[in-house]
Amino acid sequence: MAKSIKVRAKAKNGVATVKCLISHPMETGLRKDKKTGKAIPAHFIQEVTCEHSGKTVLSAQWNSSISKNPFLSFKFSGARAGDTIKISWVDNMGESDSAEDKIK
Amino acid sequence: MNHNRRLMLKGSLAAGAVGVAIGAGLLTPRAVMAAWPKEAFESSDLNTALSASMGSSDLSDSNKIKLKAPDIAENGAVVPVTVTSEIDGTSSIGIVVSKNATPLTATFNLGPTTEGYVSTRIKMGKTSEVIAVVKAGGKLYSARKEVKVTIGGCGG
Amino acid sequence: MNKIATVLTALIVALLPLASQGTPENDLKEFRAYFAKKFPDVPMSDFVNGVYAVDKASREQWESFEEFPSYEIYIDKGEELFNKKFANGKGYADCFPNYKKGIRQNYPYFDKKSGEVITLEGAINTCRKDNGEEPLKWKTGPIAYISAYLANLSRGKTFNIKVPNDPDALAAYNRGKKHFYSKRGQLNMACADCHYYYAGSQIRADILSPALGHPTGFPVYRNKWAGASAKGDGMGTLHRRYEGCNKQVRAKPFKAQSDEYKSLEYFETYMSNGLVVNGPSQRK
Repeated sequence: MAKSIKVRAKAKNGVATVKCLISHPMETGLRKDKKTGKAIPAHFIQEVTCEHSGKTVLSAQWNSSISKNPFLSFKFSGARAGDTIKISWVDNMGESDSAEDKIK
Repeated sequence: MNHNRRLMLKGSLAAGAVGVAIGAGLLTPRAVMAAWPKEAFESSDLNTALSASMGSSDLSDSNKIKLKAPDIAENGAVVPVTVTSEIDGTSSIGIVVSKNATPLTATFNLGPTTEGYVSTRIKMGKTSEVIAVVKAGGKLYSARKEVKVTIGGCGG
Repeated sequence: MNKIATVLTALIVALLPLASQGTPENDLKEFRAYFAKKFPDVPMSDFVNGVYAVDKASREQWESFEEFPSYEIYIDKGEELFNKKFANGKGYADCFPNYKKGIRQNYPYFDKKSGEVITLEGAINTCRKDNGEEPLKWKTGPIAYISAYLANLSRGKTFNIKVPNDPDALAAYNRGKKHFYSKRGQLNMACADCHYYYAGSQIRADILSPALGHPTGFPVYRNKWAGASAKGDGMGTLHRRYEGCNKQVRAKPFKAQSDEYKSLEYFETYMSNGLVVNGPSQRK
């Protein structure tokens, strides 16, 4: 079952650069369905978290102004190749997903 | 996510109810931290949004913040933005689009070992100033750039 | 006397079209030389990047996208679909046994037996038909994902499309060439007007991509298509774009995988011989 989060994490000189691509419609709630004329309900990721060694290295809060299929990149130190990081998201409808990846 | 937890979160945004829920063991601490600053993200006023999310709307421009964004966005729905902060003690970074209906777009809270660097793609409704806000040592710093958004061409 | 004259005339008339139309080989030489002259600072291999090869400002944005391109989501979907077996137990791998080694660079090709131009998407649906499956729609969705998966596996392979010494093959090539250079629609514009004569110039808010390298990046993820899609699915096939382009000059479009568009793809891909597979790619 394909997860919604693709992660690429590389460590160099102790600093990990993490890049994620998340499948999510990031619907603003302002668009109208062409056929029914009704507004398509807002459906967007509100929080993204990254954990490493039991600590939260990044906690991001978004509104629907982040693009569809959102991209996120950040860096943190104290990381080594082989370490595991966990990326999770929660959206306004209470849906969520998470993915673990090994730093290369 | 457990169906009951989902209902709990939706129905109990008031701090009190959330507190009760934690006490009752129905919400994990992580789920509580996901309390989303609705006022900040739904505000149409830049200053209100900043105050609500970062504690102040007092910004000092700083040349230690590098804001990378295109001069002319190819497509206003996906504008790549990268913020790099060299200010010591950068604890969070915010991205604001002045002319968007809801200017505050994102806030990134950085852990102690996390670098002052974030890159993402944002939606812009029209030509606007994009502001990178950096919180360091309790103060707010900023860098600004105007990004033009055009539509129309043969390609659409 | 009359008979000889008739035969001679017939011979001359038969030879004239070839002379006036040139050979595909000569066309290709001229095409590459034209773009090399028009864009002296662009390495020939870079033409696979379309408008980003000739415009610095948009190239920077595109490079940001290439850090983690959205089309990767659809390559994954394509892989899943490709590996799913048909009801009869067979799979796409049976139709494309060399897929792992890269096959995108072999399409389109002229099939002498059927007298048809075979495109990659055409081959995908033929595979389905041969195995009792319903065909996929031609422009978006699963066919674009599968095509993207196959193209991605073929990245870096060089296009070397052949136009065999066969009247039907030549006719298909020339039909495509004619489409490329003919004016059409209410705006009375040819593909060549934008993508040959005015490549690199601005048309309102767009920069015109050079035709050299056009098909190499397909199937394509267009930010514009993603924006119009509820799920942010920007994937589309080459024929989806042909249709869009015809509509944009207010010409009645042909159908995806029609002989007209297959011929155009045949011509355009031949004109990109020597360049590498660069699909899927992300564009405006």
